[in-house]
Amino acid sequence: MRAVCWWGKGDVRVLDVPDPEILNPHDAIVRVTLTAICGSDLHLFDGVVPTMLRGDILGHEFMGEIVEVGSEVKRLKVGDRVIVPFPIACGRCWFCQNKLWSLCDNTNPNAWMVEAITGYAGSGIYGYSHMYGGYAGGQAEYARVVFADTNAVKIPAGIPDEKVLFLTDILPTGYMAAENCDIRPGDTVAVWGCGPVGLFAIASARLLGAERILAIDRIPERLALAQEQWGAEPLNYEDVDDPFDDIKQRTGGRGPDKCIDAVGMEGHGHTADAIYDRVKQALRVQFDRAHSLRQALHACRKGGTVSIPGVYAGLIDKVPFGTAFAKGLTLKMGQTHVHNYTGPLLARIEKGEIDPSVIITHRVGLDDAPEMYEIFRDKEEDCIKVVMKP
Amino acid sequence: MDTNVAHAERWLSVIAGSALTAYGLKRRSAPGFLIGALGAALVWRGATGFCPVYGAAGFSTAEDDDGRPVSVPYGRGIQVEKTVTINASPESLYQFWRNFENLPRFMENLESVEVIDAKRSRWVADGPAGMDADWEAEIINEIPNELIGWRSVEGSRISNAGSVHFTPASGGRGTEVKVVLRYDPPGGKLGAVISRMFGEDPDWQVHEDLRRLKMLIETGEIATIQDQPSGRN
Repeated sequence: MRAVCWWGKGDVRVLDVPDPEILNPHDAIVRVTLTAICGSDLHLFDGVVPTMLRGDILGHEFMGEIVEVGSEVKRLKVGDRVIVPFPIACGRCWFCQNKLWSLCDNTNPNAWMVEAITGYAGSGIYGYSHMYGGYAGGQAEYARVVFADTNAVKIPAGIPDEKVLFLTDILPTGYMAAENCDIRPGDTVAVWGCGPVGLFAIASARLLGAERILAIDRIPERLALAQEQWGAEPLNYEDVDDPFDDIKQRTGGRGPDKCIDAVGMEGHGHTADAIYDRVKQALRVQFDRAHSLRQALHACRKGGTVSIPGVYAGLIDKVPFGTAFAKGLTLKMGQTHVHNYTGPLLARIEKGEIDPSVIITHRVGLDDAPEMYEIFRDKEEDCIKVVMKP
Repeated sequence: MDTNVAHAERWLSVIAGSALTAYGLKRRSAPGFLIGALGAALVWRGATGFCPVYGAAGFSTAEDDDGRPVSVPYGRGIQVEKTVTINASPESLYQFWRNFENLPRFMENLESVEVIDAKRSRWVADGPAGMDADWEAEIINEIPNELIGWRSVEGSRISNAGSVHFTPASGGRGTEVKVVLRYDPPGGKLGAVISRMFGEDPDWQVHEDLRRLKMLIETGEIATIQDQPSGRN
């Protein structure tokens, strides 16, 4: 089959590789009908996530049709149309039974690599480095789904792939970020980063009743989409001297009630701390840049909540923890428990409350992946979201 | 001063130490002097049979001479203790473990266990280059649903002992399974076999074996990516 393979920093290749096979009794194989490049795939492309090996198949946003099931798969059958959440959950450990699916105990064969850094390891993830299990990803013609009864969600006929594909990651991720904000009537929510996750956090904050939403980014097209689709107020931080002051003035000197950092470890910025982070990351003494996180902690109102769907992987310097303490902030973060949201969000899509496909700007085939990774990384051609049809 | 260095190793220590001393002194330089000092320390270690490094590590390669029929004499060998919480009852875990033939399903370097009778079993460990090692073990202590203790029988080529303890975890979180393993690393080929069974890092090996046990009990399978496609094949 054809598959998109990581070949090194800034280098992905589409190669002929063997087809996946059933390796364990709860596995299934899907023929991928649609897959996407995620913003977090750019962290891999940029070489800032350790434990990638040359030849690893990328992709954790994919859907398709079941073509084979293992002997212990009970609920699914060949021909079912499914979406596949990016965190791999066993469904049986204490964490899965408590709906903390992305913290599953039993799906990462390389859990020890994560434990060495974080003490305890969460679930495996498709196509996202060997420290997250080394599973082959879904940017391919076929993919193996682990614990298929738990990790493949049936989709009824009649809804196009493009409307449901993002149930695999970015729509639930944006939604959980907003849900973690515990939005109350009258709340102002500020969202750093208007990539796909930020846009869906904005859409979700709207669904959950936020009164005002500030959308913070530097790309005019993304800010425009946030404004047109979900009524967010755009703030282009490159147009103002001091984004903090701008946010403070726009919120009557109180600050946003809830802040969402949908940027994560490769944030941009033009203030001193952002430049310091870039130098340290370039010298490999720090994995993560955290400009947006610092700004969110600083800008949030007293007693507010900072919700962090943006991915951080390592150590960060100069996080104003004293600020978070002094203001009594609540911090919420983590990989998305996608499995909790697929059902309710599918229902909202069916009812027409949200159309996730509005963020798609590029529709291509698998063979275009190397070029698309570059276009997406460089934000060329007004690129917001790339979907690939194998 | 007790000896903690084996006979042959003492001779090696003296020979290597003498050579290093000669080489180091011939260089007539600061690094040369350091090498000479290291050599002299090795000679002293060989002559006295006491190694301060082994001493500090609680380790010994000297022959045990009290002759008592214990599998791993107190104060000797390597001990590993690891705990994992498994979402299952103590009863089911006890029954699974009590059938020692289940152990190779999650202990990576154990080839097979054959149960001989109610107390005794024959264990075969994977060796390097197809070299297997086997020994007989007997259960020496047992409280149903709580603990099982075993050790290699007298005269085994590989001395080891182990116990597993099952304790209900708080708040319905399942069972805490604690494993204690002790083994005496012999020299030569057998040493290589036993070292391989416990891995280069025994702590890590036991931890990973328990993780596989947890996966097997909770889900019925052990997570793997072996033989999946990649751009490398």
